[in-house]
Amino acid sequence: MAAIEILGLEKTYHVGFWRKKPKCALRPLHLNVEKGEIFGFLGPNGAGKTTTLKLLMGLVFPSGGTARILGMAINDPRMKAQIGFLPEQPYFYDYLTAVELLEYYAQISGVPAKQRRSKVDEVLNRVGLPDVGRLQLRKFSKGMLQRVGIAQAILHEPAVLFLDEPMSGLDPIGRREVRDLMEQLKQEGRTIFFSTHILADAESLCDRVAIIHLGELRGVGAVADLTSSVEGKVEIVWQGSIAPAAIKSLAIECHVTRDTGRAVAPEASQDRVIDILRREQLHLISVTPVRASLEDYFVRQVKPSQTAAGVTT
Amino acid sequence: MSARVGHIASNTFREAVRDRVLYNLIAFALLMSGAAILVGQISIGIERLVVVNLGLTAVSLFGVVIAIFIGIGLVSKEIEKRTLYTVLSRPVQRWEFIVGKFVGLAGTLAVNTFFMAIGVFVALLYVSHGLQAADGWILVALYFIVLQFLIITALALLFSSFSTPLFSALFAFCLFVIGSFADDLRGFAAMAQGAAGWLATGAAYLVPNFSSFNVISSVAHQQPVAAQLILSNTVYALVYVGMAISGAVLVFERRNLK
Repeated sequence: MAAIEILGLEKTYHVGFWRKKPKCALRPLHLNVEKGEIFGFLGPNGAGKTTTLKLLMGLVFPSGGTARILGMAINDPRMKAQIGFLPEQPYFYDYLTAVELLEYYAQISGVPAKQRRSKVDEVLNRVGLPDVGRLQLRKFSKGMLQRVGIAQAILHEPAVLFLDEPMSGLDPIGRREVRDLMEQLKQEGRTIFFSTHILADAESLCDRVAIIHLGELRGVGAVADLTSSVEGKVEIVWQGSIAPAAIKSLAIECHVTRDTGRAVAPEASQDRVIDILRREQLHLISVTPVRASLEDYFVRQVKPSQTAAGVTT
Repeated sequence: MSARVGHIASNTFREAVRDRVLYNLIAFALLMSGAAILVGQISIGIERLVVVNLGLTAVSLFGVVIAIFIGIGLVSKEIEKRTLYTVLSRPVQRWEFIVGKFVGLAGTLAVNTFFMAIGVFVALLYVSHGLQAADGWILVALYFIVLQFLIITALALLFSSFSTPLFSALFAFCLFVIGSFADDLRGFAAMAQGAAGWLATGAAYLVPNFSSFNVISSVAHQQPVAAQLILSNTVYALVYVGMAISGAVLVFERRNLK
């Protein structure tokens, strides 16, 4: 049984004051997320990522289709006791302290009274906020609120986590810590479904990703599969402070940084470039096939419709 | 009733108390102290009457303002700031959220009224140098004021479940004003004929009848309040609150939280 089964979930809003017009936020979406995987839900701003998460959380009602989480319907309270949710740019009750807020969430999540305090302390430690539990949340920075948001999502030890832009508002160290935390949660056997438009995060964390754009699923698969296609190019790196003119004429890209030269050339020109380097007595460091990055794949999936919609890049 | 309703109510109470209500209590304490001192100096023989009238009217107005302004924000503020998302993604039903919010604010208003009532009694003690048995009726007037707060809170919650904060405040305040003249509206309805009569009768029975809750003047004159009125007002308030909260739940159960 998949942890998350999305079966044709769709959402159309009716916008306007008088003559309401339909606006499709999500076209029928079919997606399965297996237990224990980190699944990245990628897309540009306004692609339908948050709408999908809201549908799964029961915050908005679908226009069609359905979904099951841990084999249960999306409005089943038993299922909701086993999931955690971090909304995008979370905001909490200003006048509560972090401890009070987390104790409240523990109460309504059904954490037994005897365990609440220890769970709250443990989770505050885990998100790197061990010393600010008694501070009111209105005094928290954006990054600290994001950490509190993650704390409330994992507080009751859910089996499935839904995180909407979890790295948003965090500095590089904070992002690294959250990535490490997500890895730990995966090691504990939890399933993580997270949305992001930061591809580097997805590439380093996810077992599989889906790409959504204009409310439509554009691609889904393991990161390695999506990025494994060799593009028929090689990257050649050598030691030396010069780039011979013959290499420049063969390469697609060529540049020198201090004492290292780098050229990207068609695979067919690989031997000729290496010969030139030998002739010039430059020391060859590496020859690597160029593979498509997740960014390349993402741009390929997203760009055609942007062009069709008149978006220029 | 589910334990989650209690948790949501206690969180609402805590948030409301820390947010705004304390400022209101300070303002009220200053007003009552100032009024008592002033009344003591300028009134001859009617100090008690003035203090009870002024005090209970102030309790009512302060409470109504709090009920409306916190009541309309109970749902809309939670949606706007997305605090609701982390609550409803847990095993919390939407009706539990609405009822918990209502109970929390009702509790806030009850505690608030308790402290304001202490202010009224202290001012009364200051101007009349003692309390009489008939002053006990002030407690009944305060009870009626709390019942009015419950109705206003339920209406504010109902409006905020489908409207913007501004319109919700406007609707709730208009209903409070119209409801305060409900007896006059019913009198007009009885006199009107045809369609106007039907409309006026419908409107008169739809708006909350706050006229019957206003016994401030009679208790200021130390007149007793009939037991039948206490019973009928209690039943009326409970039924009205029940209907308004049910309406709020029905609307909220179907609402997309965009």
